[in-house]
Amino acid sequence: MATITATPAKLDSEALALKSTSLWQITWHRLFRRKSSIVGMIILAILVTIALTAQWIAPYSPTLSMLDVNPPQNVQKRSSPCIHLLGCPQDQPQHIMGTDGNLRDEFSRMLYGARLSLMIGLSTVTFAIIIGTVLGALAGYFGGWIDNLIMRVMDVLLAFPSLLLAIAIVTVLGPGLINALLAIGIVSIPAYARVMRASVLSIREMDFVSATRSLGGNTYEILFKCILPNALTPLIVQGTLGIATAILDAAALSFLGLGAQPPTPEWGSMLGAERNQVFTAPHLVFYPGLAIMLTVLSFNLIGDGLRDALDPRLVHVSS
Amino acid sequence: MTTYILRRLLLSIPVLFGILFATFTLARLIPGDPCRAMLGEKATNVVCDEFNHRHGLDKPIPIQFGVYVNEIAHGDFGNSFRYSKPITELLMERLPITVELSFAALLISIFIGIPLGVISAVRHNSWVDVVTMMWANVGVSMPVFWLGLMLAYIFALALKDTPFQLPPSGRLSPGLITIPFFETWGLEPTKGTFIYNISDFFSRMNILNAVLTGNWVVFKDAFTHLILPAFALSTIPMALIARMTRSAMLEVLGQDYIRTARAKGLDRRSVIFKHAFRNALLPLATVIGLSLGGLLGGAVLTETVFNLSGVGRILYDGITARDYGIVQGFTVVIAMFFVLLNLIVDVSYAYLDPRIRLN
Repeated sequence: MATITATPAKLDSEALALKSTSLWQITWHRLFRRKSSIVGMIILAILVTIALTAQWIAPYSPTLSMLDVNPPQNVQKRSSPCIHLLGCPQDQPQHIMGTDGNLRDEFSRMLYGARLSLMIGLSTVTFAIIIGTVLGALAGYFGGWIDNLIMRVMDVLLAFPSLLLAIAIVTVLGPGLINALLAIGIVSIPAYARVMRASVLSIREMDFVSATRSLGGNTYEILFKCILPNALTPLIVQGTLGIATAILDAAALSFLGLGAQPPTPEWGSMLGAERNQVFTAPHLVFYPGLAIMLTVLSFNLIGDGLRDALDPRLVHVSS
Repeated sequence: MTTYILRRLLLSIPVLFGILFATFTLARLIPGDPCRAMLGEKATNVVCDEFNHRHGLDKPIPIQFGVYVNEIAHGDFGNSFRYSKPITELLMERLPITVELSFAALLISIFIGIPLGVISAVRHNSWVDVVTMMWANVGVSMPVFWLGLMLAYIFALALKDTPFQLPPSGRLSPGLITIPFFETWGLEPTKGTFIYNISDFFSRMNILNAVLTGNWVVFKDAFTHLILPAFALSTIPMALIARMTRSAMLEVLGQDYIRTARAKGLDRRSVIFKHAFRNALLPLATVIGLSLGGLLGGAVLTETVFNLSGVGRILYDGITARDYGIVQGFTVVIAMFFVLLNLIVDVSYAYLDPRIRLN
């Protein structure tokens, strides 16, 4: 599976030149051949751009009340979107997504929300991957009672529906964004521990591991230099899909008032704060929810694409 | 089969203990002393001393754990200071609502998800397949609470005064009451007995109760109230089921025995349903089992959005009121429920695939 079969038409000298393609190049190519992964990557690219440039493209500060701008604006609470290009009178201040219950510009808050959402996804998954990988590696490599102890604890964590366990943990730690992230990180550890353990179990019996051992490699070298690089692919797939789940769960916790606290521009908490106004100001519920969905969707699409691209059992023929 | 079930039962005991240990530890990690956490900030020292003694909190930690396990084994999950009621009583009142909602959502997701998955697999790469998979991708990425609010907005406000108008919250229209089926039937079980508790539990499921009493006005009303929350809750499992059915069917349809079945001239229908679908059932059992946990978690969000007074809603209220008793008690119960569901899934696995129980 190291090379991609080329169609006869493309069989020119360039393709015949023996140029080795790395696994990542192949994956990249395969990823770009799937329409759904391309859609996912486009959405993600837009989100990352928004997150990086929020401070320049947002018309207002995300926590600024329109009463505090100079001169104070004459806008109503929860006013509907007003876009000058779409025929909104010029004498009214432009608010692309309207204003929220505290007279803040919803559009600015949405832009800053992208920053927070991506940060949430990446940080929780990084936390869970690091701890999960170490635990899974220890369990798989040493076996015996260490394996038993670690995996039984993971079983217990898996015995709770993830959102409920996260809720229980946040209730104990106290509401707040950091605690919510910690809770989501903790509940997603078992998935990575299991993936890592399974990889370690299958890899540790391979010849190159025995070779390293006979050359005098210590446990650390074998685990982190031999086994970990070879167990990376399932972890990457799991991690990408895990970011999607983490963002969704974090939004749910914030919606319930356990995550980011107002006035933090977090999509879930923005939606939660205005949920009783859905009949009078639907835009304040619609936009944050749509943004959450698109973000989660992009990671799901990329994750699915990666899984197929990295799966050696699937036969890939270039079209 | 019996030995398999027994072995599986025994295997879930350590997990149950783990759950108890985890919730016990969580409760001990609550900042401040458990007495004030359970009874509220205003509890006096005298009350707290009495409380600590009654719950064995003045004893060493390992003994406290023993006391806790013992209390749970006797069905005592603690008290809620907000409702000043035992958790068990609250559960018996609220659980039927959540069970009804989750069951409806599961039915919707199975009865829509499976056919969609089968059709997309049979018509691989057709427009049905493409649309289903696009929709399934959106479905698994859906924030349930957002979908619920949007559905409420569309069906209660945008479609107001059309035949499609649906109520956005609650379980019954004001003015309608349900009479428990055992009272309509003239049965008078004594309060507190097991029979009474069971009948009371089932009579709280409005739709079931309406069918049992033959009250079709209430049935229609309860049904229309259930559509939106059940549909919102079913989105994620439905998408998962459709995806899983599709990939399982695609795998099975490529097998040699399917080609054999086709070659010997069997009609399409029996090839798809008898030969292919039955073999695709196994991975489906897993995904349905896994979505049950998601349903229980999603119920918290759905019930909050649709103002349903089920387990999820009371958990939310418990969180906002800092009623640790509710959060702890309900978490234990839901986790145990989840373990039981997983057990059922495993047993059905063994039933569906003889290879498993023979190993």
